[in-house]
Amino acid sequence: MLSDFTFVGILVLIAVLLPVVGLGLSWLIRPKKPNPVKQSTYECGIETIGDTWVQFRAQYYIYALVFVVFDIEAVFLLPWAVAYDQLPLYALTEAVIFVLILALALVYAWRKGALRWS
Amino acid sequence: MPVDQIVKTVVFVIFTVMTLGGGLGVVVSPRIFHSALFLVLSFAGVVGYYVLLDAGFLAAVQLLIYIGAIAILILFAIMLSRGLMAERQSQSNQQWWIAALVALLIFVVLAAVLWRVDWPVASQQALASPSNAISQEGSQLGRDLLGPYVIPFEVASVLLLVALIGAVILARETES
Amino acid sequence: MDAIVSWLTSLFPHMAAPIARLIVHLVYAAILSFVAPVVVVVAFTYMERKVIARIQDRVGPNRAGPLGLLQGFADAVKMLTKEDITPVGADRIVYNLAPGLAVVGTILVYAVLPVAPGVIGADLNIGILYVVAVGGFGMLAAVMAGWSSNNKYALLSAFRVVAQLIAYEIPMVIAIIMVVLAAGSMQMGQIIDAQNVPFLFTLPVAFFIFFVATIAEIGRSPFDLLEAESEIVAGFHVEYSGFKFALFFIGEYMHLFVGAGLGTTLFLGGWRGPGASEATILGVLLGFVYFLVKTVFLIFLMMWVRGTFPRIRIDHLLDFGWKFLVPVGLLALVAVALVLKLPFLSSSVLKWVGMLVANIVVVVVSLTAVSFAARRSRSVALRGVAGTER
Repeated sequence: MLSDFTFVGILVLIAVLLPVVGLGLSWLIRPKKPNPVKQSTYECGIETIGDTWVQFRAQYYIYALVFVVFDIEAVFLLPWAVAYDQLPLYALTEAVIFVLILALALVYAWRKGALRWS
Repeated sequence: MPVDQIVKTVVFVIFTVMTLGGGLGVVVSPRIFHSALFLVLSFAGVVGYYVLLDAGFLAAVQLLIYIGAIAILILFAIMLSRGLMAERQSQSNQQWWIAALVALLIFVVLAAVLWRVDWPVASQQALASPSNAISQEGSQLGRDLLGPYVIPFEVASVLLLVALIGAVILARETES
Repeated sequence: MDAIVSWLTSLFPHMAAPIARLIVHLVYAAILSFVAPVVVVVAFTYMERKVIARIQDRVGPNRAGPLGLLQGFADAVKMLTKEDITPVGADRIVYNLAPGLAVVGTILVYAVLPVAPGVIGADLNIGILYVVAVGGFGMLAAVMAGWSSNNKYALLSAFRVVAQLIAYEIPMVIAIIMVVLAAGSMQMGQIIDAQNVPFLFTLPVAFFIFFVATIAEIGRSPFDLLEAESEIVAGFHVEYSGFKFALFFIGEYMHLFVGAGLGTTLFLGGWRGPGASEATILGVLLGFVYFLVKTVFLIFLMMWVRGTFPRIRIDHLLDFGWKFLVPVGLLALVAVALVLKLPFLSSSVLKWVGMLVANIVVVVVSLTAVSFAARRSRSVALRGVAGTER
């Protein structure tokens, strides 16, 4: 009809029904007896101390940054891989240069300890 | 095909509501975490636009990079900054009208550009048989990237390298 | 799919082709959204319990029904009838959206999974890229659940999930790029067509990386740090109960099946096998059986791994992804690309052999490098202990 993506659209609409119907069904038959103890935060039975949103280590953020860079690299390499068959020999050298520059990025991050979990 | 057109229009309206509504949510939501989630909604609307334009590759890239990577990065940054998390804070201050004015100005400029540029229009023939063009999309992109656009292709990798080095340096400075 | 559409139009001459196609799409979407989750969860939780039990010298479920076969249904009823608890201080909207997003995001991947000859929801030309892209929703759902639960452990787990997923997504994409390189397409149908010899035999390094990365992406042991019971209680879904927990659970097992199914499609030749073809109903059924056998075999391998390896530490986990799989993957990618352009490898058989040789060389080189690095770090550590640094 529209395009290949029509099925994806239909699937989104139908798949959303699974949680909706399931939650509706369980809402009909499940017990509802809330009390404050039941609804308190579960931390192995120990009373919660302080705020939930405590400071986490910045290390996580560096990993995410490196990830973004490599994700974009992958996106550039995919069309290259698809067309590789029809490309002349220089496509190899160009891609190798591309990969090497990013390998350099990995080496840099590695050497600077950005990938070290300390 | 009128049915086709109706469906397309409805879908377009849905994606527009997602994009614009998400953008509005980013600006007015009192919790910054919610703002980030609204941003994801807005990105998802743009994915829909690409699908409507039969640009499947771009749609997937938008999803992969903007929702899968950048939005996660933003959420991380928010979750890592203490204090921003718990409290609700008003998103507006005394300068809100200046920001609104600037936004309006940018809108006018962009709209003017869109209006004045003589956009190339695909021939009716190409529109009639799009499947041919679509199946070649990925491979055509690859040939273009390594053919006429090879310099930008390589520069992109250098740009990524620079971005990474900058990020590592910034992150290490804040740590010590 | 097309065959069913034409069959429908021949059965009801008044029906227009687009309507028939729409009906087929709706039915298939309903199967993927409702039938598949039930079957997958019931079948593979049962299989998992039995396999793990046997590995640990136990019997496993044997009470509910003959051989304990009804255990999964008993669990489903239990999940549905459990009270739903929202912890105080939770962000209700985000908290309730997260489980739905987790399960819908996983079901979306099934749209491009070719389960039998000609049976695929949408054979997109960007097929495999679509899989990677949609995978981002799982990560988003974990972050949303972890943040909105108002629980330290859930939030910590959400961080771990993301750190782990991003560390293994890159190697996985590199493995996929190798497959695309060899197949010359991102379309699932063409990737299967290209496997006259399954890529398992020509790209073993890519298969290894993909397999490990898939286990890590699903978050199964030994990569189950996100729900390490002894450290962070149960993970980002610690506060969820009843059907909302069930949704995460369904998502996990749907992810397990689709991960193995993708491994089958990309490396084991998908539904291909003697007699499988799109032409006859028997051929389609045979193809479906081949697909299932291969996929269940991969799932069995994952369960075996789970039953055998201890959980690894988070720094080891991240190092293994970033400092081993990524470099090895890049090396193998360049090696395969090189082989494919060698002028004297003209026939496809020679190319297969060449790719295999390149892979073996990459394995040897990387293992040598690892053992060298290990020896050096060990000697450094020893010198440190002895206090004789020079």
